[in-house]
Amino acid sequence: MFGDYSIGDLGSIFVMQGFAGLILFSVYVLMALGLAIIFGQMGVINMAHGEFMILGAYVTWMTSNFFQAFLPSLFSGYFFVAMILAFFASGALGMLVEWALIRHLYKRPLDTLLATWGLSLILQQAYRSIFGAREVGVELPQWMLGSQKVTDSIEVPINGIFVMCLTLLITIAVAYVMYKSRWGRQVRAVVQNRIMAGAVGINTERVDCYTFGLGCGIAGIAGSAFTMIGSTGPTSGQLYIVDTFLVVVFGGAASLVGTIASAFSISQTQSTLEFFMSGSMAKVLTLLAVVGILMLRPQGLFALKVRK
Amino acid sequence: MLAISDLHVAYGQSEVLHGLNVAVAPNEIVAIMGRNGMGKTTLMKSLMGIIPTKSGSVSMEGAELSTLKSYERVAKGLAYVPQGRMIFSSMTVKENIETGLVASGERDVPGDIYELFPVLLEMKGRRGGNLSGGQQQQLAIARALATKPKVLLLDEPTEGIQPSIIKEMARTLKQIRDTRGLSIIVSEQVLSFALDVADRVLVIENGEIVRDDPRDVVDAEQISKYLSV
Repeated sequence: MFGDYSIGDLGSIFVMQGFAGLILFSVYVLMALGLAIIFGQMGVINMAHGEFMILGAYVTWMTSNFFQAFLPSLFSGYFFVAMILAFFASGALGMLVEWALIRHLYKRPLDTLLATWGLSLILQQAYRSIFGAREVGVELPQWMLGSQKVTDSIEVPINGIFVMCLTLLITIAVAYVMYKSRWGRQVRAVVQNRIMAGAVGINTERVDCYTFGLGCGIAGIAGSAFTMIGSTGPTSGQLYIVDTFLVVVFGGAASLVGTIASAFSISQTQSTLEFFMSGSMAKVLTLLAVVGILMLRPQGLFALKVRK
Repeated sequence: MLAISDLHVAYGQSEVLHGLNVAVAPNEIVAIMGRNGMGKTTLMKSLMGIIPTKSGSVSMEGAELSTLKSYERVAKGLAYVPQGRMIFSSMTVKENIETGLVASGERDVPGDIYELFPVLLEMKGRRGGNLSGGQQQQLAIARALATKPKVLLLDEPTEGIQPSIIKEMARTLKQIRDTRGLSIIVSEQVLSFALDVADRVLVIENGEIVRDDPRDVVDAEQISKYLSV
């Protein structure tokens, strides 16, 4: 399949596809972070995670429309406002869902799967009713358009660079919160041993609620980033949920580094292969590789080694 | 300090504790002896709110605990060192102790905890799961003490720990009681340890307290009959 290209062409293809892969990587990482936090802490597989992301995307779209209509002079900065709003909108919805639905199902893990899947259908229909079935696109401010020419045959889009910096910042922030703050310590204690965490004085129910909110809020930010690489529709989130699970499982649950490494490898493989073959063949190959590796390392790429 | 009266605890339909009455005085160390399956751990877990109470009451300085959740009981002054220690194995030693600070509201680990267990200061950056059994036991006690308890519950602290360290642990527990003025309830199968540490020795048999003797009149032979199978 490489035969038709010269060495120079191949180099450029790999760099540009690699870069396109990096944007995909950013969305994966943001989605997977939230999913991994929620799955790690509560053992809840949140099938509606994609819909929380799409809520963030719709919030971003609404913010952009609002700025266009009422504050055109500030339009260039709308994206930052949108991100914050997306975080809080998805986070608030997440906390509401945890309170109303999930916390009643903690002892029934398979039921949470079904319940959150139902929730995802409800949310999809809600988006369809509220925003319409047609996909919407966000208009990007001027400074995010265009691309940076690196060499004659290599160009990298500016919004891609922006999304990646954003992802980096959020990942660092999440890592800081989880590993340095008092609250993160409580979360990790609950993840390790819920009963014992309660017995050392941690209010596990409150920690659950905030954690679910945080995970969904990060999905909301992923939604903001998503508006730059795809158009937003009621069912757009579904396309990402399976891949994101793959990232979480492949990386090893409860390992931040593992999540990042697996998001990177999956998105790069996917993106590079897509250039040379059809999208579905690329997916098949990626999946086969992941399944193969998971058979050899069922605990995922990175798992902590401690005495049990 | 802590008063248990007519405490019934059941797993579903099968009742395990049939109306226990125990009163623990301030500054007292009470050992609860009994064979496996007699209800020691069930008592500890129900005191901590991990297993629901069927009926009866548990009160601390007059405040009723039996309807509270675990973390609320900790806030009221109860602390727990479970059987098997249950430290947070992927967190560092320091972080493990810090989880107990949520209840006391302090920011930093109090220095006297490290004075009590110098080995924990030495290993504070290590993961809890990589400590030896004896060190994990010290860590679990340190974590419980970080919550500033009035009553400390220990469930079989000598299990799986070598004899020389068991002696040292008895000394440490008495030192904790003397310097912090708290009450300790310890469930135990090792009679020598219980006699070493306790002011009062209780025997639990089939979910009922069958003996309750102050240390100086304990008949060791009688008690060991209850312990031998």
